Amino acid sequence: MEDKIKVAGGTGLSAQDISSGKIFLTEDSLDCTYAWDTGVAVNRYLEELKKGKIIATRCRKCKRIMLPPRLFCELCFIPCPDWQYVQDSGIVNTYSICYVHWDASRIGKDEKPHLPAVIEIDGAAPGMGIMHILGEVEPQEIKIGMRVKAVWKPEAERSGSITDIKYFKPC
Amino acid sequence: MAIMERNSRNIDNRYWNPGFKAFPVKNVYTAGAAGQRFFEEIKNNSKILGSRCEKCELTYVPARIYCERCFNRLEEKNWIDVGTEGTIYSYTLLFQTQNGEPRENPAVMVAVRIADGLLIHRLGEFSAADLEIDKPVKAKFKPKEKRKGCIEDIDYFKPIK
Amino acid sequence: MRKVAIVGAGMTKFVRRALETPKELSYEAAKITLDSCGLTLEDVECIAHGTAPDAFDGLHQNGEYMVDGCGGWNKPTMRVYVGGGTGIHAVVHGWHHVASGLFDTCLVVCEEKMSSALPHAQAFFLTIFDSITERPLEPNLLWIFALEMNRYMERYGYTKEDMALVAVKNKLNGLKHPASQFTEEVTVEDVVNSEMMAYPVSRLDVSPVSDGAAALLLVSERVARRLTDKPVWIEGVGWSLDTAYWATRDLYYPRYTDTAARMAYEMAGIREPDKEIHIAEPYDPFGYKALHHMEGLQLSPRGKTVQLLHDGHFDIDGNLPMCPSGGLLGVGNPIAAAGTMKVCELFWQLRGEADGRQVPGNPRLGVAQSWGDLMQVSSVVVTGI
Ligand SMILES: [Zn+2]
Ligand SMILES: [Zn+2]
Repeated sequence: MEDKIKVAGGTGLSAQDISSGKIFLTEDSLDCTYAWDTGVAVNRYLEELKKGKIIATRCRKCKRIMLPPRLFCELCFIPCPDWQYVQDSGIVNTYSICYVHWDASRIGKDEKPHLPAVIEIDGAAPGMGIMHILGEVEPQEIKIGMRVKAVWKPEAERSGSITDIKYFKPC
Repeated sequence: MAIMERNSRNIDNRYWNPGFKAFPVKNVYTAGAAGQRFFEEIKNNSKILGSRCEKCELTYVPARIYCERCFNRLEEKNWIDVGTEGTIYSYTLLFQTQNGEPRENPAVMVAVRIADGLLIHRLGEFSAADLEIDKPVKAKFKPKEKRKGCIEDIDYFKPIK
Repeated sequence: MRKVAIVGAGMTKFVRRALETPKELSYEAAKITLDSCGLTLEDVECIAHGTAPDAFDGLHQNGEYMVDGCGGWNKPTMRVYVGGGTGIHAVVHGWHHVASGLFDTCLVVCEEKMSSALPHAQAFFLTIFDSITERPLEPNLLWIFALEMNRYMERYGYTKEDMALVAVKNKLNGLKHPASQFTEEVTVEDVVNSEMMAYPVSRLDVSPVSDGAAALLLVSERVARRLTDKPVWIEGVGWSLDTAYWATRDLYYPRYTDTAARMAYEMAGIREPDKEIHIAEPYDPFGYKALHHMEGLQLSPRGKTVQLLHDGHFDIDGNLPMCPSGGLLGVGNPIAAAGTMKVCELFWQLRGEADGRQVPGNPRLGVAQSWGDLMQVSSVVVTGI
């Protein structure tokens, strides 16, 4: 009897097939770069980061104090012209200890793992986190719920970027 | 870098590890089930293969493993040698490089009709008078030892005098 | 809206690196699907097509490139794309074509060829992060999954061993799937001790990089009655996207899945999904994700899912078999094709054709779900006989 599950094609190639040169391959890459406008709300956010401050916008309807700041509340869909400073401290909502680079290659023996985290910023609406990285902490000491504080670059080195905060460290 | 400028070029902001100029990814493409066979024939035997769907009375060049119109599988018996000659279906003169820089001499690209298919390729060994729709042309293959199993194994098409 | 039936399903083998081009893979899956119900391309009125990012195949405007392999020559053809959610979203999309009354037959084809992407398919995901507020931090795709998994585990006190059990069970199911790219069983120890990628994600918690395609034929009731005495009906569809500000919602619960599932259940007239549904195919690119989605799909009480998993509740012979196909962890994960594969599985299971993986007791109702974009989209299809 014929198989009821219909499977056809999908001819697997081994690493050997590839390295032997038997299989014809064409390689190509795109040599292009992008430049993004920061936009109205995030531009202000970056300007304030350069001054060593974190600024949010507030929604008049749902009352969320939103980070990163946005011109409109995506839940209420109304404009949010009200700006409000928040603290540069918060709590770790979740974190990871990452041993691979962006391209999935393994970090080197002497390289420290990356420590990304979602940090709920004090003064923003509860649960309003931003993604950033942790520093001055041993990976095994990180705990969800841990209090952390921003470590800023020296003012002269700030460029108006999310990396003007070097990392967040336990406090 | 001023904030009010477009400040997010990944190069400037060191988005990637030092040494990366841009987003250093690439793609590698297999020639495929049909392409493997098609280019093997070009590489080893200097032959161009088409595949014929009897139902639709169409001969595909390059050869495929299926007919796109009726979805019939084009098996071994449907693959035929279509010769290495065709006619100029259309052509274009390129005055710029891919990056938009001017070329000293325009490159001539032709769409060569072979059976019911088209191959896009360069035109070579030609004079201005040869640039004519329906002009017969012939594939000029690279020397065998330089062939790799790709479309570049054909160096160019040239007019048949 | 008209009733819509699935009358055919087919797929390629899922492999790490395929010889076939993307359109040849699509052709193989589409062709065997048509053959399985004795139809030809002439009988197909329109095409619903899906692939995930163009970057994997390395072909921009992939939909246009793929059209002839999907059977779309000179036919109304539409591509959808919602990242990892694409494979089931394309089924929803095909459903619209037939349910609306516009067409009587629609061929759904999804394909992915991830091996084209170098150095690794993962690298292409960098550009999904916010270009201004996130990418300067040099994020890695794994970050978001690791962050979500950690939050989920912390919330309910689940352990890495608990999460590893999903990979173990799914891979075991997958060994019985003829299209699977795996040949070996793994143990909880294997998973936990596999190379740490991004804590808490270890290598074997993650589904593989794969090439493959899957297809389904959707038809109106009139056509279904003519073609087969075993149609599988699409009883409900749902889909939803949560905010792209992913760090500002609590990651322990997939609200997007909740919303999408409730939409599909309402359409299907399902009031108590955990009691009424016989088979679940939640999206499982990572072990924890299957459990996370089971909670979002209302198939398991929040925080109790691990206990049910340990109790065998989700085994093939359990009360609510989960990923009998083997899922992405057990069959392979050519993104869009993997989602469609889950609906193929429901089709075979509900018709009693799933061979060694057959869920006992004549299952009559199944749900499949896929997930994607920036951890924010779910597409859900409920099928029944
Ligand atoms: Zn609001
Ligand atoms: Zn034909």
